[in-house]
Amino acid sequence: MSAQEQAFLEYVQGGGQVETSDWMPAEYRARLIKFIEMHGNSELMGVLPEREWILRAPTLQRKLALTAKVQDEVGHAQLIYRVVEDLGKPRAACLQDLIDGKSKFHNVFHYPTKSWGDVGVIAWLVDAAAIISQKALLKCSYAPYARIMKKICWEESFHILHGRDVILTMMNGTDEQRTLVQEALDRWWGPLMQFHGNPIAQGDDPSFSWRIKSQSNDEARQQFLDGYVPQIWELGLTVPDPKLRKDEEADRWEYSEPDWAELKHVVTGNGPRTKGRLQLRRTSRAETDWVRRALLAEAA
Amino acid sequence: MIFEVFRQERKGQSFQHAGSVEAPNKDFGDWYAREQYGRRGESVALWVVPRESVHEIDEFVDELEKNYHRVDGYPLKEKLKEARERAGTTATRDR
Repeated sequence: MSAQEQAFLEYVQGGGQVETSDWMPAEYRARLIKFIEMHGNSELMGVLPEREWILRAPTLQRKLALTAKVQDEVGHAQLIYRVVEDLGKPRAACLQDLIDGKSKFHNVFHYPTKSWGDVGVIAWLVDAAAIISQKALLKCSYAPYARIMKKICWEESFHILHGRDVILTMMNGTDEQRTLVQEALDRWWGPLMQFHGNPIAQGDDPSFSWRIKSQSNDEARQQFLDGYVPQIWELGLTVPDPKLRKDEEADRWEYSEPDWAELKHVVTGNGPRTKGRLQLRRTSRAETDWVRRALLAEAA
Repeated sequence: MIFEVFRQERKGQSFQHAGSVEAPNKDFGDWYAREQYGRRGESVALWVVPRESVHEIDEFVDELEKNYHRVDGYPLKEKLKEARERAGTTATRDR
């Protein structure tokens, strides 16, 4: 590492923030692009499980709310890809790498949505898990990314509201509805526990060293459990992990080891819905190509 | 084209940079800016500016050391201490 790189590293580790036009080490730029692009991909792919339920939403109000959420998430993808573009990778290249399976997206978006209960659990708990990571990014050393995170977190908190409302309505409904919620929770718990990633020592995590993120994976998971397990329990739902309990003395949650092999398998393109959803992206990209060409021709 | 978007949260407040949008032309730039930064009533007005129109200045060289423009040009603390000693008074509170 050159003296200039070393000085930069110390600057960001000391809480310094970096703007697009500032000098930055090539490795920092590459790490940022990879990290932020994965986030953009996740926003974009994350709408697909929910999209499947727009036409099947139980009421018009829910349909509108779900459509609005989908619009928000695609908007987040646009904002995030803009940050990546300013770092040097065009949006078209990000989309191409995504549909070619060369870049990743979050594990939770590789799974099917089997019932309306899944839609509630996704909006409530998946968005809750996501907002914990995103709030930690408000302190990211790369300032343009930290700034858009403010708007994104603000909108995500709407989604949690929407998700909780869906879940509470179902829990106050019939036994059949309560069963749908419990089944959905059973399906999503494993992926939710994997969501924040396997525990890596902070010193071994380059995203942490460059202060792209400021929270360890395990801290994020603890925060998620602390915030949401009591909310799950108070509704009379059961978390499908017999080992889950809070060690009050150590102020830490104990839980069964998440299935890291499954996480790896899923995010490397082998999830139950990975191929189908990427195919949908591919098809929609091809089908809308004429729109982009027409717009660019008109603008030229 | 890339447009930088500035938003005003309430009448009377200053416009603050919100982010940027990419669009094929000015009309789409306006629409994307509306969708990204005005959909939830979070703004009362937006400025949508082509990026190349924004000139950044980030060097402020003070060759003549015009410290009378700055707070550090007025070191009151030491002088006040001296003046108090001269007058034989003690500080009732730190001004």
